[in-house]
Amino acid sequence: MKNSYDIPLPTVTAKPFDVQRIREDFPILKQIINGKPLVYLDNAATSQKPRAVIDAMNRYYMEENSNIHRGVHYLSELATQSYEAARIKIQKHINAAHPQEVIFVRGTTEAINLVSHSYGRYNFKAGDEIIISAMEHHSNIVPWQLLRDEKDIAIRIIPINDKGELFIDKYEKMFNERTKLVAVVHVSNVLGTINPVKEMIEIAHRNSVPVLVDGAQAVPHMLVDVQDLDCDFYAFSGHKMYGPTGVGVLFGKLNLLEAMPPYQSGGDMIRSVSFEKTIYNDLPHKFEAGTPNIAGGVGMGATIDYINQIDYDAAIQHEHRLMIYATEALLTIKGLRIIGTAKEKSSAISFVLENIHPHDIGTILDDDGIAIRTGHHCAQPLMKCFEVPATARASFGIYNTKEEIDALVKGIYKVIKVFS
Amino acid sequence: MTALRELYQEVILDHNKSPRNYRRMENADRKIDGYNPLCGDHFTLFVKLENGVIKDISFEGAGCAISKASASVMSAAVKGKTIEEAEELFKKFHTLVRGEADPMDDFENLGKLAAFSGVSEYPARVKCATLAWHTLHSALTSKEYRVSTE
Repeated sequence: MKNSYDIPLPTVTAKPFDVQRIREDFPILKQIINGKPLVYLDNAATSQKPRAVIDAMNRYYMEENSNIHRGVHYLSELATQSYEAARIKIQKHINAAHPQEVIFVRGTTEAINLVSHSYGRYNFKAGDEIIISAMEHHSNIVPWQLLRDEKDIAIRIIPINDKGELFIDKYEKMFNERTKLVAVVHVSNVLGTINPVKEMIEIAHRNSVPVLVDGAQAVPHMLVDVQDLDCDFYAFSGHKMYGPTGVGVLFGKLNLLEAMPPYQSGGDMIRSVSFEKTIYNDLPHKFEAGTPNIAGGVGMGATIDYINQIDYDAAIQHEHRLMIYATEALLTIKGLRIIGTAKEKSSAISFVLENIHPHDIGTILDDDGIAIRTGHHCAQPLMKCFEVPATARASFGIYNTKEEIDALVKGIYKVIKVFS
Repeated sequence: MTALRELYQEVILDHNKSPRNYRRMENADRKIDGYNPLCGDHFTLFVKLENGVIKDISFEGAGCAISKASASVMSAAVKGKTIEEAEELFKKFHTLVRGEADPMDDFENLGKLAAFSGVSEYPARVKCATLAWHTLHSALTSKEYRVSTE
C-alpha cells in the first residue's frame, strides 16, 4: 500500500516486538464484548492496565496500607517509602532534576488548575496575556478563562493550518511585554499532532515567558525529558500511560514551585499551624494537601517499572507502525476523511464518514466489540476549526495489533452498509 | 446484529436520510435550541401554535441518526396535536425508549414512534432519542432559550 499521507516512516531500524507477549500482561484484553473479542482502540481516553500495576495496588492495600508522612509505626513507614519511591521513579522517567519537582495530583486537569490557581493568580495582573493553542483540550482552556474573568487577562490563541499543525511563525509574533505564560498541548488528543514544544519553549524563553506543557497524550507515547525540553511546567496523568486513574503529576521547575503559594490547604502541606500564623511545608508537600491517592501513586510507580521492564523503544515504534498501517487502511474507505494529517503525529486518528454521524459509528462498532471514542473529545473550539460537530477517534496503545486495525476497517464497512 | 437492527430500523434510517419538516420557520411562535453537550448534537425547533394546537412544527441542526430521526418522526407525530396530547406522547415515548414501558400499555397509537423501542437496549443513546422531545417540551411549557439533555 502506498503511504498516501505525508507521515514519516520510522527512521530507525525496526526493533522486534512481541505484541502477543505484551497482550498477556493486560488481563482485560481477554474480555469478550457482544460475543466478540474486545478491540480496545480508545487509549487516548484511558489506557488499560497491566497486571503488574493492578497487583502493586492490591499488594499496597493488602500489605502496606497506612497513612503517609505522619506515622511512626511500621506500616506508615512502609507506605511512605512506597509512595516516595514512586515519586523518584517518575522523576527519573521524565528526567526531572529533583524529586521535589514532581507534585502528585489527581491528573492533568488538576495539574493545570494548580498552575492557574497558584502561579497564575499570584503572578498575573489586569491586561496581561497568556498564549494557548487552537487545539487545546478543555482542561487547558477553561482554567485560563476562569482566571481571565477574575484577573482581566487576555487569552491569545495560536492558529492551526488545515493539517492540524500550529503556525509557529505566527506564534513567534504573539509575544509582547504583557505575555506572562504559554500553555500548550504536547500531543493533541483529537488530531494526534505532535507539537514542536521544544522549539516553542525556546521561543517563549527568548521572550522571558515560562511555558506549561499539557503532556497527557505525550507521556504514554514517547520518552519525555523535561530538562531537555526546558519546560517550566509539565502536566500528565497516570491513567493514560497504563497506570491507575485519579493520579497524575505536575512537574515544575524548583525555583518556580518554591515561589508559588499553596494551591489547596490542609494537612500535610504545613510545617506548623497556630491560629496566628501557619508555616507551609517544603516542596513537594506544600502542594499536596490532605491524604493523597497513595495506592494511585504506588500504582503509577509500578507503571514506570513496567515501562522500564519491557523494551519501550520497540513498543513506541510498534505503535507508530500501527498508526501508519491504520492511516493507510482507513484512507482506502470511500467517504472517510481523516481529521488531522500533521507531519508529526502520535497514536490517535480522528475521522468522519460522509453522511454518517460519529455517534452512530461508535454504536455499530461497539456491536462488534470495537471500542472507539466519538464526540467532540473535550475540544469543541477545535471541532469548530475543522467545521465538524464531532469525530470518531481510534487511538492506539502498545498492545494493539494489525488484526485489530483490520477489525476496525471491517467494522466501518458494516457501518456504511447499515446506512446505505 | 439483532439488537443493532432493532436500533437502526427502516423508519429511523429513512427519517435520518430524508428528515421531514426539516426547514427554518420564519414566523414561528416558539423557537428553541436543543443541545446534547455529550456528543454535540444540536437542533433548533420551530413551533407555530394556534389555540393550544401545534399548527406547524419544523427543525434544523445536526446530530446522529437517532436524534435526527427522532426529531423528524416527532415533528410528524405532533403536528395538529394539542399541547396536552403532545406532552402525553412525550411521556409514552420516554417510557418506551427507557425500556420502562408497561407491556399492558397501549402503544398502538404511537405509530412510527414505536420504531424507537430498540433504543432501550442502548442506554447511552436514550438522550439522542429524547433530545428533540425535551426541546419540544421546553418550547411548549417554558420560555427558556436553550435546553440541554444534561
